[in-house]
Amino acid sequence: MSVTLLAVQTLNGLQLGILLFLIAAGLTLVFGVMDFINLAHGVQYMLGAYLAVACYQLTGSFWLAVILALAAALICGLLLEFLVFRHLYNRDHLDQVLATFGVILFLNEAVKVLWGGAPLSLPVPELLDGSIQLMANFAYPVFRIALIVTGLAVAVLLYVLVTKTRIGMLVRAGATNPDMVAALGINIRRLFMLVFGFGAMLAGFAGIMAAPILSVEPGMGDNLLILAFVVIVIGGIGSIRGAFLAALIIGLVDTLGRSFATDIARVLLPPAAANDVGPAIASMLIYILMAGVLFFRPSGLFPVRSA
Amino acid sequence: MTGPFFKNTVLPIALFAALALVPAYADVFDDRFVLLFFTRILVFAIVAISLDFILGLGAMVSFGHAAYIGFGAYAVAILSEHDIWDAWISFPLAMAAGGLFALVTGAISLKTRGVYFIMITLAFGQMAYFTATSLSAYGGDDGLTMWGRSELFGTGLFTGDASFYYLVFGVLAGAYLLLRTFAASRFGRVLKGAKQSEPRLEAMGIDPYRYRLAAYVIAGMIASVAGALMANQAEFVSPAYMSWHRSGELIVMVILGGLGSLHGAILGTIAFMVLEEVLSGYSEHWRLVFGPLLILVVLYGRGGLMGLISGQIGRKSRGEADQ
Amino acid sequence: MTAPVLELKDLNKAYDALQVTRNLSLEVFPGEIHAVIGPNGAGKTTLIGQISGATPSDSGKVLFGGTNVSGWSVAERAKAGLGRTFQITAILPEFTVLENVALGVQAHEGHSFRFFRNAARDQGLNEKAASILADVGLADRARLRAGNLSHGEKRMLELALALACEPKLLILDEPMAGTGPEETARLIELLLAVKARCPMLLVEHDMDAVFQLADRISVLVYGEIIASGTPEEIRADPRVREAYLGEEVPA
Repeated sequence: MSVTLLAVQTLNGLQLGILLFLIAAGLTLVFGVMDFINLAHGVQYMLGAYLAVACYQLTGSFWLAVILALAAALICGLLLEFLVFRHLYNRDHLDQVLATFGVILFLNEAVKVLWGGAPLSLPVPELLDGSIQLMANFAYPVFRIALIVTGLAVAVLLYVLVTKTRIGMLVRAGATNPDMVAALGINIRRLFMLVFGFGAMLAGFAGIMAAPILSVEPGMGDNLLILAFVVIVIGGIGSIRGAFLAALIIGLVDTLGRSFATDIARVLLPPAAANDVGPAIASMLIYILMAGVLFFRPSGLFPVRSA
Repeated sequence: MTGPFFKNTVLPIALFAALALVPAYADVFDDRFVLLFFTRILVFAIVAISLDFILGLGAMVSFGHAAYIGFGAYAVAILSEHDIWDAWISFPLAMAAGGLFALVTGAISLKTRGVYFIMITLAFGQMAYFTATSLSAYGGDDGLTMWGRSELFGTGLFTGDASFYYLVFGVLAGAYLLLRTFAASRFGRVLKGAKQSEPRLEAMGIDPYRYRLAAYVIAGMIASVAGALMANQAEFVSPAYMSWHRSGELIVMVILGGLGSLHGAILGTIAFMVLEEVLSGYSEHWRLVFGPLLILVVLYGRGGLMGLISGQIGRKSRGEADQ
Repeated sequence: MTAPVLELKDLNKAYDALQVTRNLSLEVFPGEIHAVIGPNGAGKTTLIGQISGATPSDSGKVLFGGTNVSGWSVAERAKAGLGRTFQITAILPEFTVLENVALGVQAHEGHSFRFFRNAARDQGLNEKAASILADVGLADRARLRAGNLSHGEKRMLELALALACEPKLLILDEPMAGTGPEETARLIELLLAVKARCPMLLVEHDMDAVFQLADRISVLVYGEIIASGTPEEIRADPRVREAYLGEEVPA
């Protein structure tokens, strides 16, 4: 266990946390404001990645691909909203879970049909290629740093949007008491669409940024979706601040846990057992964390809903 | 002819009668595939009715129910690795393992509500899944093949195609009758009442928690028995038995049939698996059709198949209450 | 002086900066109907919550039958004999009217961990339930789906459910809310008949009903009881007039 490894994995954990935040932010807003459980948010992320690859193959430019893919992801999100989701706002959570599960099945398969089942990749742009020396024998890829920085910038932007603008105030009000906001005459439909579209874009953006470093394949959104749900449950449904904190915690716990769990297990158990127990505990860590948080704070760390 | 008597008595009898005839059909038409296919369907049906018991009756949306299949299956498989094949050892053990897991996870999960409950049951299901993938001695991610089937006092009950089918059918019938009795009992009444208005039940002096926990454990134990049967049917176990996709599919089976009637869940399972089989015969991309189909069912098929049968699509009937 | 069935001692409850219940003390004696009235926003819902156990008080005591139940849950208090009706009807809409009350009877008996006997055919439960339904005048509605009842009938069922648990005290949360004149009259008749076997804390807006039913009235304004006494005393009290400025107090 060297300091370099610790440093690398900490940065990796932050990076995962940022990705999780981008996905979770849209998820918690949609859930908070519209009381809508969107299991299909993970495929939103996957679409972003695939669209980025497709746009790159079309244009040959990374930067153009990002802009085009972002627009395309937004359109896809709004299309889904129009076709499926808007019919589910008044349904109970079980119906929402099932219908969005159907969307997952469909889109995971559609992506396989359009692009095949083999993993795709997106090359890192020249500007962000290579690594920089952070410490003595510690070099970290530039792109990953850019990801972290961009993610933090988006987080700040979101914070400003939500707390300092009128729209943001409406969103926060909607998350606390949607009926009241509708009763006050605000066009709740349009607010919903706005929130949804923005959330879809964030998830798509996460997918675009993840494409160069993770493999783009069908079902890539599924595991991150579960993690994102754990994030918003821990953070408190409807709370962006909670999502940010919880995402970073989960990203760090999961990454560091996976790196060091086996080593820690070896201290306590014989090597053969440790090799089994280590990864198992690592996978379970975040769920244990979630169960623990829910035990003490049943509504998460920063609950927003009044009722 | 769609009144409660038809729905609650004639229909299930007809259903079970039809299912009892499958081996005869397979014999006459020399169709082994149908027999094996329906054996598999019935095993899933057992899990489905256990889920309908807590979900349909008690409104507990468990997104981790597939974990119990794993408990039962792995109990049988692991014991077989150590050369223990007796069903009267492995099956009770499977039930005990599943029941204990249900007791512990249920005690924690049932303190939560709504989406938190869904999430925490999902989390526990994932924990079971990841534990199974880490059991390298028992196959880990790749799963474990069983070199034979369980034995019951030296009879070939588990090995013969038809006899195994009847075994599974018997377990399904038994579980169905048991759960149906529970549902009609005072205990079931509390569950159904709590689903409609928890404040009212508390004001009557009943804390629904204990009743829900009991139901949750019962469901877990029944699903574990199904898991033990599944291990025998496939002669193979793997962590995939416990994936959250599988838990989602189970919920779909229950919903497809219409919540709460138990035999509806059996119908839903049959419909789901037949559909899956037919569609995948046409194309490996059958999910392209299945996904939207599921969405349509959710949006427009309120009440599932049972709702269709009673002519209740979209609306609750007036006048006489159900059951 | 007989001992009070319900005694509230110096209850306090605040939500952040807002003090909703302030040093509230109140008693309900056997055989009486004690009404609590007050303008909107006075804190009646929070008060009921603190008595029933749904809302924990910041300080103060709730004594039921002489026992301090301040830490008890809603179900525990209900089992001890504290019954209530809800302002927004909380019946079980999917069950029949009879089954609703039968569940109440079953809950009071305390044997609900029974798995094998068919509950719907339980003669004992059904007979008791039928007699309670007869008391409230819903006998002919027994087999109907409860969700299909009219609003007034649902209020009756609410009362039947509360009575099924043989309460030692009944908290009535605006039972007249939304009922027409005929149904109101029926309810008043019913409550007067029940008074003998069970004292009541009646929270209500309908002044006519209050003055017909109440033995004593307490007036709740901004979380405090500003006046308490017989209906005549309350009618004559200038502070009460002031609190209800603009609202009609029957002369």
